[in-house]
This record gives sequence, structure tokens and C-alpha cells, in this order.
Amino acid sequence: MFELEYPFDSAYIMKKRKSIRKTLLSDGSTRLKKNIAVLGGSTTNDIVTVMELFLLNMGIEPTFYQSEYAQYWQDAMFPGEELQNFNPDIVFIHTTNRNITAFPNVTDKPEEVDELLEKEFGRYKQMWNAVSERFKCPIIQNNFEMPFYRLMGNKDCSDYRGRENFISRLNMKFYEYSSQVGNFYINDINYISASYGLKEWSNPLYWNMYKYALCFAAIPEFAFNTANIVKSVFGKNKKALALDLDNTLWGGVVGDDGVENIQIGQETGVAQSYYEFQNYIKAHKDLGIMLTVCSKNDEENAIAGLNHPEGVLKPDDFIIVKANWENKDRNIANTAAELNILPEAIVFVDDNPAEREIVKAQLQGVKAPTMDGVENYIQTLDRSGFFEVTTFSEDDLKRNEMYKANVQRAAQQATFENYEDYLLSLDMNAVIDDFIPMYIQRITQLSNKSNQFNVTTKRYTTAEMEEVFASDEYIRLYGKLTDKFGDNGVVSVVIGKKDGTTLNMELWLMSCRVLKRDMELAMLDTLVEKCREQGIETIKGYYYPTAKNGMVKELYKFFGFEKISGDEEGNTVWQLNVADYVKRNNVIRVHGNGDA
Amino acid sequence: MTEEEIYERLNEVFQDVFDDDTIEVDDLTTADDIDDWDSLEHINLIAAVEEEFGIKFKMGEVSTMKDVGEMVDIILSRI
Repeated sequence: MFELEYPFDSAYIMKKRKSIRKTLLSDGSTRLKKNIAVLGGSTTNDIVTVMELFLLNMGIEPTFYQSEYAQYWQDAMFPGEELQNFNPDIVFIHTTNRNITAFPNVTDKPEEVDELLEKEFGRYKQMWNAVSERFKCPIIQNNFEMPFYRLMGNKDCSDYRGRENFISRLNMKFYEYSSQVGNFYINDINYISASYGLKEWSNPLYWNMYKYALCFAAIPEFAFNTANIVKSVFGKNKKALALDLDNTLWGGVVGDDGVENIQIGQETGVAQSYYEFQNYIKAHKDLGIMLTVCSKNDEENAIAGLNHPEGVLKPDDFIIVKANWENKDRNIANTAAELNILPEAIVFVDDNPAEREIVKAQLQGVKAPTMDGVENYIQTLDRSGFFEVTTFSEDDLKRNEMYKANVQRAAQQATFENYEDYLLSLDMNAVIDDFIPMYIQRITQLSNKSNQFNVTTKRYTTAEMEEVFASDEYIRLYGKLTDKFGDNGVVSVVIGKKDGTTLNMELWLMSCRVLKRDMELAMLDTLVEKCREQGIETIKGYYYPTAKNGMVKELYKFFGFEKISGDEEGNTVWQLNVADYVKRNNVIRVHGNGDA
Repeated sequence: MTEEEIYERLNEVFQDVFDDDTIEVDDLTTADDIDDWDSLEHINLIAAVEEEFGIKFKMGEVSTMKDVGEMVDIILSRI
């Protein structure tokens, strides 16, 4: 919904939130349902209602629990029945510098301040440990914003007795903690309050009158920033950028002005702005964001523009270049299909409002932020939080190369007559075996991101996945696939729970980047093998339909399972007799954890 | 701006904030007359009125306003 995209009109959202909520809830889209416990050190009521709007717009339908006023610590340490039964999927601790129990006095000695710091930090650490132990779910914790006055003036930041100094040190301790434990995310209100304007943000009227730790008008900015972390944790980040060229990546129109006259590089202020923007875009590659071009241009001109000697981005940086005169929505739909991602995982970046409108109207869920003035491009994209980083795996680093190899594979496929010959020519090797600690993060990430090739769409937090990993009630498999073009990384996860001689499949997913490679058959082969070793006689498969997983409706049938039941909602149950199974994969060489 | 115009614009703000097109306020309207007008919604209302008229209420005023009439008096004195 346009009203909730960055840069939004905060006053409008605050005023109209009731009707915005109604519109969102009646738009017929399916959303992930999540329980969010908000443990506040100040009033949270309006924060929660606005956060709900942003989350609904991001595809998540939250149910909130809110602490009684300022009861965050008590709730975390000694949760009452309501919170215990609430079973949160995420706990958000909303504390601010108003909740710091003691600041240094100017008469304090350094050791006394050190002690104070340890004590304050200890209070938080104790709380986080208690929460993660009890609820085994991700925690979002605010850092601290700067104080609204400086008793010592400028010295307040550098002197150990200054409040500003104390807050900075406390923040550093929070960051250290977050780098040591998983599933713990800092909500950077120190940055957001500075960006908003600390003077307004911390206007004491709102604290003294309403016990809000930030000004009323800043609530949407704050709620949006927090919602971005939540949506990222639950796998709702975007995956790719589709970039226009003329007046988006450089100034001018390459086809009209000629490549020597486009604005990019160090010559003018405008050229420098485009240069800076190209730098910003290129850095996304390392985050695992896929770069593609979507431009109305002759391909020859587009490539010439990208080869401009002063430019940062080169043709090689893009997985797909669509430079033609087709409608852009069709180009983006094709790009999505070629990358095996959903169109809604793409962010379309174009300076032309008409193009943005067409794309948004034709492709539901594609974001097309308002790109108005090259000097605003970075800020608009950056603050939109499309690619908010929560987990960051080795795979993210390599994603662009992997997808590029995919496009090369597709090109080669065209030259083979027999599909099996083609698959054999790929020289595929897989490791398929029980989970190992190194991949738990990636496995969890896959369970939260895979929508299409996913029969149950069951989501796991890292903590839940670790429980599965630690338990002997499960048969678990991950699959990692390598071929002559490169390493695809961990691409498939299968989890089944044992019940006597039956194995009930809880999860069967695969990344769409390895569709039609017989990887699913290789996984099935190994699963059956493990079942035989562990005395399992029957495997039961379950398919639960969603808006996106139609492609695996008949997966178990394809696997040779027999359908034993189904209901009117399309849920189906399937069964395989382990003894009857004959190996299916002939094209992938399969290895175990030890012999890869 | 006349008092009448202020009431007209104020009505719209009330209707938006409480999401109820039937609300009509006059000088004697108080929180008791509108179902959802509790202390939590009060801050939302104040913020929306400030935004609509481009004014700021002082801290003391926010808590002592007795009815919509007093609110309008303050608005009149600021614009």
C-alpha cells in the first residue's frame, strides 16, 4: 500500500490508521501469522498499532502481547500466565535511555562508573538470557538514543562521567553481546533518532505527559524501522533489484545523447551523484542481492553505457540484462521466471513514475519506490529496508555468482537434445546427509524463505531448528549441490519425525535455483536409505496448499507415494512403502558428510 | 478562519481519528460523548488537531481542556 511505503506521511498514518488497517485486512491476501510480545519500558500502545500496519503491508499478520506499563523487566524475568501462554514468535524489548536506572555522577571515580556500567548491562543480559531460555525465539532489543541534554557540554561524549559517554559504552556492550549470540537483533534507535532529529524525537513533553519515550510524530518512523527487522527475521526480505538505466544509473539518455555525453563519474556534481549511487548498488552484490537491468533501450546502447570508463557498475555485475522495448512489467516477470524467484521479491528502481505505476499495477507485490532526484536515490532505497540484514550466510556472499552460473546453464541446455544428457554433462555432485552445525543457519534461512518448492511451508526459528537437530526423534537431511559451473550451496532440506515404524514428513523444501536437476530424487533416495537403516517401514507425506506452492501439489505422486486422504481445502496425505522403493536418481553423484 | 470553519475542520479530524463518519462535535462535546475517546486516543487526537491547524498545544492545556469549546478557543488564539 502506497501510504505505507517509505517515504511515508507520518501524520497521515497516525490519523488514518484505523481505516488503513481495515483496508489492509480486507484485501484478501494471505499473510504469515506471528505472535509478537512487546516488553516496554514506556507506553507502547500507539507503537504497536502502527507497527501492525507496516507488518500487514509486509505480509505478516501480527498478534501482540504488551506488558503493563514499564513492566518489561518483570515480564522477562517472571512472565505471568498470559505471556507464558502467548507463546511468542518474537520478543521485542522496547527500552530507551529513560529506562537507565542510574547514570554516573560528576563526583564518581572511574571504577565506580565501570561498576555502574556492569550493573546496568547485567540487568539486560539477565533478561535476554531468561527470555531466550524460556521462549526460544528471536529477541529484538533497542539500543539507546543519545540523551536530550549534555550536562558537561561537549565533554559529555568523551568523559567517563558524561551521560553521553555512558550511553555509548552501554551500547557497545549490547553490540558485543549481539555478536556473540544468535537470534538477537539490535533495533538501532540511536541512528533513527539522530536521523529524525534528536531534538524533536526526545521532546520531554511526550515522556512527562504520556510516558512515551519518543515524540508522537516519530512513531511511524520508529515502528517501520522495527517492523523491517521482524519481516527480515521471518524471511520477507526482497531478493533482487531490477534497475532502469537512463536517468537512474546515469544522467541523460544514452541512445539520444551518446555514451560520451551521459553523466557518470567525477566531472560534475550530477555525475558524482550517479557515481555514488552506482557504488551503493554495487555493494548490494556482496550482500547477496541479485542485480538485473530493466531498461527501454537497444541492448547495444545499454551495454555501451554500462561500459562507460567512469562508471562503477559493469555489464558483468548483472545476472540478467533486459534492454529492449517490451513493456517493463513483462520484462520483470521474465526476469523473475529466469531467476526462479517470485516477482514480489523484486524491487524495481526507475526514475519514471509512469513505468513504476504500470509495473506496480501489473505485478502485485513488486515494490517500486519513488525515485525523485538522484541526490535522494540512496536514501530512499536505504531507508525502505527492502534488504534489512538479520542473518548473513556464506551463501549470501556467493549468490550472484551462483545465479549467473544458472543463466549459463540455461544457455547450454539449449544445445542438448536429450535432457538427461544435459544433466549428466553438468557433472553434478551432492552432499546429502544429516545436518551439521555449520549449516544450521542456512537451513533455518531456507525454511523461512522457501515458498514455492515447499510442501508444508513450516517455518523454523534458529532455536527450533537447533532443537530438531539435537533430537533423535527426527530423520534430517540437507542437500548441497555442486556442478561444473559452480557451487549452489545448501539447496534442499528434508525433516521427518519418527512415530514407531512410520516417518511423518514435516518439511520437504528445495530452492528453486536447482529445479529440474533431479536433486529432489537424490534426496528421496537418501531418505529411503536412512529409513531402512533405522527400521522405518512407511513414509507419510503431507501437502498443505498455499498461494505459492502449487508446483509441489503432486510432488509425492511423482515420488511414487500413494494418496491416502485429502480434504476440501486441498490438504493431502500420501504414503510410501519403504520396501518397494527403487532408486530414482541417475545423474547426481551423492556423497555423505564425511566423504565430500 | 471563523469559528464555524474551525468546527467544520475539527469534525473531519474527529471522524478520521475515531473512524466514525457520524461524529458531529460542538462546544459542549467531551470525552464522555465519544465511545473510543480514552486517554490513549487523546494523544492521537491532539496530534491530529495540531497537524490540521499547524499549531502546538502547551503541556498544561492538553490535560486541562474540559470540552471541545475550550479546544476551539485555544485554536482561535493561535491561528
